[in-house]
Amino acid sequence: MTPREREFIARLCAAKAGLKVAVDRDYLIETRLAPVARREGFDSTADLVQALRERADERQVWAVTEAMGQGDTAFFRDRDVLEGLWSDVVPALGGLVRVWSAGCATGQEIYSLAMLLEEQRPEGAKVELFASDLSERMLEKAQSGFYSQFEVQRGLSARRLVRHFEQKDEAFVLSRRVRQHVRWRRVNLMEDLARLGEFEVVLCRNVLPGLTEAAQERVREQVTRTVSPGGVLVLGAGETLPAGSGWAAVGSLPGVYRVQGGRRAVA
Amino acid sequence: MKTCLVVDDSRVMRKVARRILEDLGFEVAEAADGAEGLAWCRAMMPDVILLDWHMPVMGGLEFLRRLRLEPGGVGPKVVFCSVETDLARIAEALDEGADEYIMKPFDGEIVASKLAMAGLP
Repeated sequence: MTPREREFIARLCAAKAGLKVAVDRDYLIETRLAPVARREGFDSTADLVQALRERADERQVWAVTEAMGQGDTAFFRDRDVLEGLWSDVVPALGGLVRVWSAGCATGQEIYSLAMLLEEQRPEGAKVELFASDLSERMLEKAQSGFYSQFEVQRGLSARRLVRHFEQKDEAFVLSRRVRQHVRWRRVNLMEDLARLGEFEVVLCRNVLPGLTEAAQERVREQVTRTVSPGGVLVLGAGETLPAGSGWAAVGSLPGVYRVQGGRRAVA
Repeated sequence: MKTCLVVDDSRVMRKVARRILEDLGFEVAEAADGAEGLAWCRAMMPDVILLDWHMPVMGGLEFLRRLRLEPGGVGPKVVFCSVETDLARIAEALDEGADEYIMKPFDGEIVASKLAMAGLP
């Protein structure tokens, strides 16, 4: 792919989903787009780009955008944060606790919480789990509950593997009992999120760094609006909210924020 | 410095494990089977043992059972590291007292993650 073709892809992804695509990472772009080109019947990624330039077929545009937006995730990533959320934050919220994993990729984060729900139901709280991603393919994989040997070894303890998974040929399949706790939806975080309603816990971890600066601002503003009064927003362990945003860190859990003074504000 | 004993009959696997563990800050010793591993433990109990399943002379499960009966043998964290991927076998290893389980092949990230889950820094 030429630099001009990569720049075209970067502009397309930024316009559609606010994605920040580094144009100098030619290997990454090629790796992500080669399967799309094959599926769509093109001989090369260059041919795919050419077709998109000549006639922006909406389905192909989204196939490319979704492929470039694939996030990396793992079971129990930042284990202390998820377990602290479960043992301290969720019970303290009490009542109905709706949890949304925004940008869930292949689902390991929300399934980690579903496993915790199976193992220990928080006292005084009724938990509902929701997850969304931009990519239909990611969501399909997440819903299937099929994970490779490599994936189940990243962050998942052997005891949880034995307890919550079954074996199917070379893959490991999360039990139906755990899977049934989660409801899925395709969501482009750049669109109006008001239709989703409110959540007591919103996890938007390691999503913002993958967006352009303008998109980060928009998504941050939109996502914070979905946090119910008194609820918490959970960012990646290394992510912070801008100073003066009205959000304050909760306890010692990195990346967990609550509106200062209990009043909802926009970050 | 924490010590790790790698018990595996494959020299290549021991070498790969050694490199990863040394990068993680462990002092590493090697044994080619369970019997050799037990002798090493009787001389000096390590903090953690990376243990293969199938080995000549004495396999991993028998090593583990005997280790736990040794004075100080409940101390080391034992992480199985095997080509066995059957969930029933993994459950068996845990029931026998293993702290964690790694399915081969593995990389440094997996080893670090599993050691952390076994309670090691």
